[in-house]
Amino acid sequence: MAGLEDLYREIILDHYRNPRNRGELEVPPAVQAVGFNPLCGDEVVVYVEVSDGVITDVSTGGQGCSISQSSASMMSTAVKGRKVSEVRRLVRAFKHMMSIHGTGIGGAGDDLDDDGSGGNGAADVKLGDLEALRGVVKFPVRIKCATLSWNTLVQAIDETFA
Amino acid sequence: MSVGGGDRLGPQTKAHFPLLGRQVRGRPIVYLDSAASSQKPRSVLDAMNSYYETINANVHRGAYEIAAQATEAMEAARTAVARFVNAPSADEIVFTKNVTEAINLVARSWGGANLGPGDAVVVTEMEHHANIVPWHIMAAEKGFELRWIGVGPDGQLDLSDLDRLLDGAKLLGVTAMSNVLGTLNPVRRLADAAHDAGALVLVDAAQYVPHLPTDVQALGADFLGFTGHKMCGPTGIGVLWARAELLEAMPPFLGGGEMILDVRKDGFLPNHIPHKFEAGTPPIAEIVGLGAAVRYLDGLGMDRVREHEVGLTAYALRTLQDRYGPELAVHGPSEPACRGGVLSMSFRDIHPHDLSQVLDDRGVCVRAGHHCAKPLMRHLGVPATTRASLYVYNDTADVDALADALGAAGEFFAP
Repeated sequence: MAGLEDLYREIILDHYRNPRNRGELEVPPAVQAVGFNPLCGDEVVVYVEVSDGVITDVSTGGQGCSISQSSASMMSTAVKGRKVSEVRRLVRAFKHMMSIHGTGIGGAGDDLDDDGSGGNGAADVKLGDLEALRGVVKFPVRIKCATLSWNTLVQAIDETFA
Repeated sequence: MSVGGGDRLGPQTKAHFPLLGRQVRGRPIVYLDSAASSQKPRSVLDAMNSYYETINANVHRGAYEIAAQATEAMEAARTAVARFVNAPSADEIVFTKNVTEAINLVARSWGGANLGPGDAVVVTEMEHHANIVPWHIMAAEKGFELRWIGVGPDGQLDLSDLDRLLDGAKLLGVTAMSNVLGTLNPVRRLADAAHDAGALVLVDAAQYVPHLPTDVQALGADFLGFTGHKMCGPTGIGVLWARAELLEAMPPFLGGGEMILDVRKDGFLPNHIPHKFEAGTPPIAEIVGLGAAVRYLDGLGMDRVREHEVGLTAYALRTLQDRYGPELAVHGPSEPACRGGVLSMSFRDIHPHDLSQVLDDRGVCVRAGHHCAKPLMRHLGVPATTRASLYVYNDTADVDALADALGAAGEFFAP
């Protein structure tokens, strides 16, 4: 039986209490996207600024639980300054880790790999601190909290290139 | 009421509910989510099993004994439900899937036939989405206006503008008891005002019928919906009560078997009420289960149920206030006699998902989220709340366990 310490790792609580890259960016040049978790009413706003194929700045706003807020904070530090192509691979790797299938717990009905690519090609991506969110998978209702900001990031990036 | 007032029913009824005997993570389960769905007493489970084991057959038109017995069991449940809410006739009890379907039935059938451009439907800001979205859908289709009664201080409806809102309205939709605030709304007063303005009244009684003695006639309602699974019955069975003359005049909702008297190649003749609105094979076992639930609640006595819940709500409000003071806000009316046992809480700045997660770790089952009332959440200025809700089987020990678990959450998320 998964305990609270599997979910609320210290690094997660740290990002929750001291969120990084929090706030707004000027639109334009930044692009803004809003994501909702219809289950709990959480919403996250992601701003990204892309220049020459690199995410030069990222910022997050909105409100939510410790998991959604810390995941947004960790996401922002993980993608800032990186190439969009690398970030897309990182998103795939993260969502693979966040899928019940991806962590080998078993069970069908994984709807998280909505780009259909599963974890293919993502195995070599280093997740670093993001590994701390792995325990969320043991609490399936919280998975959407952890992936909300990542899906919203993809939305913002897609809009940048739209 | 004395401190022990809340224990009047809880300890003795707990034993009637098999699930409440289980443990969660080595602790006895503390079930405080009955506003979402209640637990089921043994008598309801037995009635449903007995139906399947002894008289399972499709209802109506069967010429053999068990088909007749199944029909009889279903219609006996309809009669029991009618009596439970003091409906003038069992023919006014339409079985639906839940309240949501009951309201959609009214919106689609009555609304489709009676609403158009220039008309208005009035609802309140504290409605469940089930009494909002069907009207949004029909308003987009029919071009009528949707108007809102706001929420004022202490979780009460703001009725200062009622006459203007009702002017030209054809229907007022109101929850008898808020599933978030616990507010008991002045349904009779609203119904009288609506009728004076020429509007009908639809009451969402999902949170009311399970907890208070209900008299559809005294409430002055024209339509009233409730659901089985919140009142000790099974899921998948709800009720629409409506005045017979309204049901008679309304066009059918779903078409199919059982809802017809005759079908020809050029049309059909609808069945008499209530069968006109019950297309297809009904959820017979669930109807039998609802009948047993009504008998169970009758056995406890709805006056005693209400008295128990007022006492326990008072105990809970006092306990939480004593333990956490201004750090913990319980939304809604502060006076227990003006509310039901629904306690929507905001505790410090701990997000409801995090709060309920720590509570779950201690076997305490509460609900976190917007409770299908997003307009109300926006009014309260919160994204979500943590909701504990009380019922016949809860006692002061459950409330104490909640208070202790909140303390543990407070420590866990201490800044």
